Amino acid sequence: MSTIFECKNLTKTYGKKIALDHINLSLESGRIIGLLGPNGSGKTTLIKLINGLLTPSEGTLLINHMVPGVATKKIVSYLPERTYLDETQKVSDAIAYFADFYEDFDPSRAKDMLDKLNINPSLRIKTLSKGTKEKVQLILVMSRRAKLYCLDEPIAGVDPAARDYILNTIINNYEEDATILFSTHLISDVENILDHVIFIQNGKIRLQADVDDIRFNQKKSVDELFREVFKC
Amino acid sequence: MSWNLDSSRPIYLQIVERVSLDIVAGKYLPGDKLPSVRDLAAEAGVNPNTMQKALSELERNGLVHSLRTSGRFITEDKDMIEQMREELATTQIQEFLDKMRQMGFDQKKVIQLIEKMLKEDAS
Repeated sequence: MSTIFECKNLTKTYGKKIALDHINLSLESGRIIGLLGPNGSGKTTLIKLINGLLTPSEGTLLINHMVPGVATKKIVSYLPERTYLDETQKVSDAIAYFADFYEDFDPSRAKDMLDKLNINPSLRIKTLSKGTKEKVQLILVMSRRAKLYCLDEPIAGVDPAARDYILNTIINNYEEDATILFSTHLISDVENILDHVIFIQNGKIRLQADVDDIRFNQKKSVDELFREVFKC
Repeated sequence: MSWNLDSSRPIYLQIVERVSLDIVAGKYLPGDKLPSVRDLAAEAGVNPNTMQKALSELERNGLVHSLRTSGRFITEDKDMIEQMREELATTQIQEFLDKMRQMGFDQKKVIQLIEKMLKEDAS
């Protein structure tokens, strides 16, 4: 297995606020990794650093042994927490746009998923409900054949039935050597599909383990452990 | 989707148990081909790596064997399946006996109760 992501002493400060505090991480390819932590723990900051939307205040990060830039954006598929699509476009326009923009985008995959979720591609994005917009966004992101998928809260706004379908879509559509990193609060919904979890708190890594090891060693679910570790 | 899995126990172990039970119960017959890792993973609602780990475990204990290019097959060794059937039954009975003991039933009472229930069941 190769290393898809590595960071050393990665630090990000916003003025006096320390969002990430000297983080060291190394992620192997081919795994589904949950980035879990309470609000304001630094999850989104880390994801934004991986995507080159923020630059480190200190330390380094490498994606597939490269510094974030044009070359890494080709292999990283990113779902931001907020949508950035042009809402006056039709769903089909957004697909054409992605297909034009990303070499690794597979339009047939996108059409297939839209079909299964009963989303009409000729609708304008602004006419869609919040949950449906999220689904469209996720479909676009998962239709790329990327090496690293960074999903920031991918299932927060969709109903439980669609959630199941989306999680299924995620596990069925990722390439075997691809890595999925996703942040979420809905741990019990996702924990069965995770290989590995990272607990993050106040900008520091609190715990990092394989999920089956947690279950075996602690005799409890990841959800229970999270509630215990981050008890208010 | 998804099999009914308990998040507080290792998922791969539960898959091993479930597939073993399916073999013993005859859902898969000796020599049958198992679905692909991906299909099984989708059916169970787990990640393919976890399914892979579970199948490797089943290979290690001999219930399943893989042929390099054509996939994974259920063992044709009927004695082994019979042995597994007994093992699974033993585990169930052990759990049952432990619970009965907790409730304060001694061996004699347990057997009496079972016989009574079997009679009612038959009539």
